[in-house]
Amino acid sequence: MPSTQVIGWFADIGLNDRVHVGGKGGSLGELQRAGIAVPPGFVVKTGAFERFIGPLERKSPLRSRVAALSAEDLAAATACCAEIRARVEAQELPLEVLDEISSAHAALCCGDEQTPVAVRSSATTEDAADASFAGLQDTYLWVTDLKQTLQRVRNCWASLYSVESVTYRRRRGLPEEGVAMAVVVQKMVHARTAGVMFTRSPVTGDRSVVTVEGSWGLGSAVVGGEVTPDRWVLGKITGDISVREISEKLIRHEPVSAGGVETVAVAEAERRAACLSDEELQTLRAIARKVERHYGRPQDIEWAVELRTNAILLLQSRPETVWSTKQSTPVARPAANPLTHVMSVFGGKR
Amino acid sequence: MNTPVSPRGFPLPSSLKVIPGTERAQAAYPYHTQFSESDDDRFWFYNSMHFPEPMSAFDMVTAEAAYCALGASNTRVHCLPTTLGIDHRIINGRVYIGGNAVTDPAEIARRTEEFHKRAFYYYANWERLYAQWREKMMKLIQDAQALPRPELPEFEPLAHVHAGRGVASNHYLLETYQKTLEGYFRMWHHHFEFLLLGYGAYLTFFGFCKKAFPEITDQTIARMVAGMDAEIFRPDDELRRLARRAVELGVDATFQRQVPADDIIRTLQQSGEPGRSWLEELQVSRDPWFNINVGDGFYHYHRAWNDDLSMPFACLPEYIKRVKSGESLLRPIEKLQAERKDLIEGYRELLNTDEDRAAYDQMITLAHRVFPYVEGHKFYCEHWYTNLFFNKIREFGALLSAHGFFPATEDVFQLTHYELEMAIIDLMTSWSNGSPPRGPAHWPKIVAERRAAIVEWTKHVTPPALGPVPDVIDDPAIVMLWGITRESLDTWLAADGGADSNEVRGFAASSGVVEGPARIVKSVDDISRLQQGDVLVCQITNPTWAPIFQMIVAAVSDIGGSMSHAAIVAREYGLPAVVGTGNATARIKDGQRIRVDGGRGIVTILE
Repeated sequence: MPSTQVIGWFADIGLNDRVHVGGKGGSLGELQRAGIAVPPGFVVKTGAFERFIGPLERKSPLRSRVAALSAEDLAAATACCAEIRARVEAQELPLEVLDEISSAHAALCCGDEQTPVAVRSSATTEDAADASFAGLQDTYLWVTDLKQTLQRVRNCWASLYSVESVTYRRRRGLPEEGVAMAVVVQKMVHARTAGVMFTRSPVTGDRSVVTVEGSWGLGSAVVGGEVTPDRWVLGKITGDISVREISEKLIRHEPVSAGGVETVAVAEAERRAACLSDEELQTLRAIARKVERHYGRPQDIEWAVELRTNAILLLQSRPETVWSTKQSTPVARPAANPLTHVMSVFGGKR
Repeated sequence: MNTPVSPRGFPLPSSLKVIPGTERAQAAYPYHTQFSESDDDRFWFYNSMHFPEPMSAFDMVTAEAAYCALGASNTRVHCLPTTLGIDHRIINGRVYIGGNAVTDPAEIARRTEEFHKRAFYYYANWERLYAQWREKMMKLIQDAQALPRPELPEFEPLAHVHAGRGVASNHYLLETYQKTLEGYFRMWHHHFEFLLLGYGAYLTFFGFCKKAFPEITDQTIARMVAGMDAEIFRPDDELRRLARRAVELGVDATFQRQVPADDIIRTLQQSGEPGRSWLEELQVSRDPWFNINVGDGFYHYHRAWNDDLSMPFACLPEYIKRVKSGESLLRPIEKLQAERKDLIEGYRELLNTDEDRAAYDQMITLAHRVFPYVEGHKFYCEHWYTNLFFNKIREFGALLSAHGFFPATEDVFQLTHYELEMAIIDLMTSWSNGSPPRGPAHWPKIVAERRAAIVEWTKHVTPPALGPVPDVIDDPAIVMLWGITRESLDTWLAADGGADSNEVRGFAASSGVVEGPARIVKSVDDISRLQQGDVLVCQITNPTWAPIFQMIVAAVSDIGGSMSHAAIVAREYGLPAVVGTGNATARIKDGQRIRVDGGRGIVTILE
């Protein structure tokens, strides 16, 4: 099934398409193109959003109302957002959008409509230099049929008009005209273990290590800070594991068969067991190197290990922002006479 | 708890007493190596890296010769700006050493100017000078091999008389002895000709890496610089070759762990053609590669494989087992080289700026240039030459013992080298005048006394350091050769206070985490107690111990930095290792279950 103005398959999109597929969608497409395994999926592009929002806008303008809000007037924003969100969530999808999403969903699920998918917001402003916006849009895990999927797409669009998102845009004076939302629909990974990794040390900024954090079950428990994950530090080039902190992992997030996610207790015997094998850590390291090379800068990555196959898949990769923005001065400069470098050892402490 | 806070420092030298009953043995060491009151003002540390056991009177020659040569190189030849040589003192058979720092800025500036003229010339002409070094060293080895066996015939051989030689055999005893001693002192000058410069160039690159990559491990940096075909790996390579040949020739069943080497050789001699072929292969390996001793070469009883085949033969059964299970045992040189290249390029790519990359290239180029010497010199100096030296002294021991000076050949090592010359002259004199030598009435009591003293000294743990702790340790020689920094001293001091903690900390030398029973190996004799799966806990290991690394699961040492041989061999074998703990052999009990975390430098006592 080809990509269109409404639907973009991961294989057909990349970071350059962010304006149509959003940051998250572009990143997933980019990863797949770079040969990294990601859960298969497609993006409901901003074109779909525009087609959807157009009739709403014509019925009663909403962008101009949001643009007129003041970031300071929380009460007014709350009332306005509640109303707009309700309108967005209740609005029927334009027919061609409905058709295309339905066909893409069927293709993704190979005809089994019950195949669980994740529906994730992919805002066009997301992953900008100030990435803190990323957390403001909704993600829905373990969505188990087409009807729910369509509803979750609308929920994602509506989250563009959450109080947090709106006040964030108002504070920064971002124009409402350009605001659009793409939505990622991808097969859900039933994760045995999931977590995050950084392709540098968050402590020293050292680029020669990869820091991995992970815990049992779906990654939402780690990302949401509901569990203290196991932590490892690996030499990026060597693979040597210099830090192993196996923590007590009390809970994990598990899918509910009817849809959604629940928190369950980790069995006693597994609480203090490492959630990744050394071999898996090495695979993660190889992936981290590949992704970082592809992007040419340190990355902040979400990953999952599939329960049945133990395959490692990436759910997200974005540029690391804390250390990268610090100015880096050279540790040493080349010397006219290379021998003078030895004076750092023989010359005494000055 | 309201305990008085003791000043930060180690016991003063004056508080360290000679163990009662050993005073006369202590007095045998030269006056200039005895602690004096003024030594209390200085910082000293126990050189357990090189001298982990009490030294017999003769073996002290190694401290003398080595520090003479090290000091000359630093102080007078290359003029290191911030340091002169190393002082040494001996008490209870233990060698304490102290650096001699230069702190006056004007003097440092003056020495820096000299250093540029000298050391930089060496760096710039390294390959030529090192090629010349190998020639000098081989010549020195040949000269030592050419020295005659000391002998005293009843009558001067007729041929000598008819040739009009005019100098009698007794004179040649003295000449041979003095040449033996002279060669040893000279060898140590060769040893230090490049050493500090080599380590310095390496540490320059090391320091850069630590700044650019704060979390890089020491062993990673070492792996970027290490060579693949250093002479020091060769003896072990030869053993692997012999194991393969044994299997190929079908004589592998002869090699059993508990069977003495001599019995195995006899069986092979009698077993027909294949056995004899293997013994020929053995001869090929032995000259020169079995001129490697089982210690660091600093003790007379660290015998060479050539003199005592029990160590190499003890390792053959395990290698043979691995060959039969399908391993080639060949070190994958090309693969190792490719890995090193990947490592160097991988880290280079991670540097932030092009300027960093240019500086990195300059520093690693120099490190690679100097490293063949750093890795290679030990085989020629500490092993091959030292074996020749001790064996020549052993010949004097046999001669003196035959003349009743003491019961056993090995007793000769209970005399200082000054005393040995006296004994030789006594024998020369008595041979010439026909009177019995005086030695047989003089030496046996002294020898017995000194042997007893060493037994006594071995029972006592000696402090790792003495005197006030300096604010900074800015002596590149001490940092480079002994891995001692202000931080490591703090670790030692902390270890003193927290003896009840179940953690022993040291340098992360080779990563990995493993648990196993501790086997405390304090001398070469303990090696035979090692079982498959043990954790080796020792004062220091040595590259010739490489074959035993196939039996152990991890290594822990009291002393040593990331460039120590325990670290290098552990990395070679992929075993976790923690080195430079200061006191692991004292804190860990034999047989205790321990966990070694080689990536973090922590040993945990589990029971």
